[in-house]
Amino acid sequence: MKLQIEAGLCQGHGRCYDLAPGLFGDDEEGYGTVLGDGVVPPEQQDDARRAALNCPEHAIALVEGT
Amino acid sequence: MTVDNRFAGHLWERRDGESPGIRSEIVTGPVADWATDFSHTEPEWAQDPFSIQDDLRQRCPIAHTGRFGGAWLATRYEDVAAIAYDTEHFSSRSVIMGNFRPPRELAPIGGSPPITSDPPFHRAARKLLLPAFTKAAVSKQEPAARALCHSLIDAFDGRDVVDAAAEYAQYIPIRVIADMLGFPAGDGAQFREFAKNTLEGINLPPEERVTRKSALFYYLFAQVHDHLENPRDDLTTFLINADLNGRKLDVSHVVGTMTLLLIAGIDTTWSAIGASLWHLAAFPRDRERLAAEPGLLPVAIEEFLRAYAPVTMARLVKQDLHFRGADMKADDWVLLSFPAANRDPAQFERPGEVVIDREVNRHAAFGLGIHHCLGARLARMELQVALEVWLQRIPSFSLADPPAVQWSAGQVRGPRALALRI
Ligand code: HEM
Ligand code: SF4
Repeated sequence: MKLQIEAGLCQGHGRCYDLAPGLFGDDEEGYGTVLGDGVVPPEQQDDARRAALNCPEHAIALVEGT
Repeated sequence: MTVDNRFAGHLWERRDGESPGIRSEIVTGPVADWATDFSHTEPEWAQDPFSIQDDLRQRCPIAHTGRFGGAWLATRYEDVAAIAYDTEHFSSRSVIMGNFRPPRELAPIGGSPPITSDPPFHRAARKLLLPAFTKAAVSKQEPAARALCHSLIDAFDGRDVVDAAAEYAQYIPIRVIADMLGFPAGDGAQFREFAKNTLEGINLPPEERVTRKSALFYYLFAQVHDHLENPRDDLTTFLINADLNGRKLDVSHVVGTMTLLLIAGIDTTWSAIGASLWHLAAFPRDRERLAAEPGLLPVAIEEFLRAYAPVTMARLVKQDLHFRGADMKADDWVLLSFPAANRDPAQFERPGEVVIDREVNRHAAFGLGIHHCLGARLARMELQVALEVWLQRIPSFSLADPPAVQWSAGQVRGPRALALRI
């Protein structure tokens, strides 16, 4: 599973980096960033899904099977 | 010292009056039918806006009123989101609905950038402020907020009944924003008046509004001058020195943004803290669980924000427009009810219930799209600290007199009198 943030949609609500700090960070303006290469280790897949489901802007894409 | 002549006295006099714009007749009094005559300033609305809006969402999801010179109210999540995203047809040049519409020429900047700004100006005005409100910047305010909460509770010593709205929740955002702007902490009572005048004074006669508005401008005027003489590391000095597209900000921009930061953070956060404490006092099971499981607080706070979203925002229709069955006219107001959106059954399971461990919670309490609350991080920190300290110090409490709880009317709703037995 791989994570992506759609930069044009993210408004910096920060739900992702609160819920899954192992996967997301914030830049100097508070917008969400994907840590590392975005590949989600199996034990963090629930966190990844929870973050995506709580992003108010639907800005997080989870690509399964990668 | 060089004189910054942007702030010379005569430029300020213009701010004394309300600029030319459109005035409408002030209409108050009981509502005949909420679908055709709604008003968010009536006591019935303040008491229970949820059942009114749940009913409207089913029978008339975009309601109308002739009050305020003509206005619409969206209660479905889908419609609220669509309007929030559609900055082409809906302008933010005024976001507080009242009986005065600022002139169209005020767009795209508006009186208090960035909240009153439209694209393309909005982006740069917002970008300027973002670094001051990130997670890292906000965490610097946390120790002082925590110390304040403790000292407020220390002062309850020996009392059985306290007003959690007036004697606790209120002080927290006031102190935090005063520190960030570099205003004297002792001026807090005045800030509360300024916020109240702006948000709740919308049906006052125009002359009265102008007088009250001037008091705020004179206060900010004095603060700007104090900061010009004694620059320091705070948001006021930052705004005075900031560059936007290679130029210093216009004086109206500096003061408009100061006004916004002062007003936007106070009643809103006060309301959110108060509503959360009200819930915990009224629902002992949730209170007991959170006192025992403080780790659940961040999730519970999102649920309180969803269920008791304090803020509704307004837009002005740019040109005549047919929008999802509503015939909107240019300069009609549109209220974006984030509180109603947050209780839309099409978006949330069991929307009327407060589920403090709700896993999926895409609520819109902080708005959606480009104007998403710039202070959300700060508000969340204040909520976390306020509730955490309260539950630690006072794990057991209840409503002292449930019918006496007073909720504010208008676009920011929260308890203004909240007697708790502790
Ligand atoms: C629980 C507390 C709060 C709530 C519910 C809240 C809610 C909102 C909402 C709904 C908006 C969107 C406005 C729109 O769409 O027109 C907004 C914008 C804004 N809020 Fe907050 N707010 C809160 C606290 C704060 C605090 C503490 C500050 C900091 C001083 C703040 C500063 C702002 C600013 C500057 C904007 C304008 C952003 C822009 O237009 O780009 N808010 N807020
Ligand atoms: S939750 Fe969504 S909007 Fe918020 S920072 Fe993360 S990606 Fe951006």
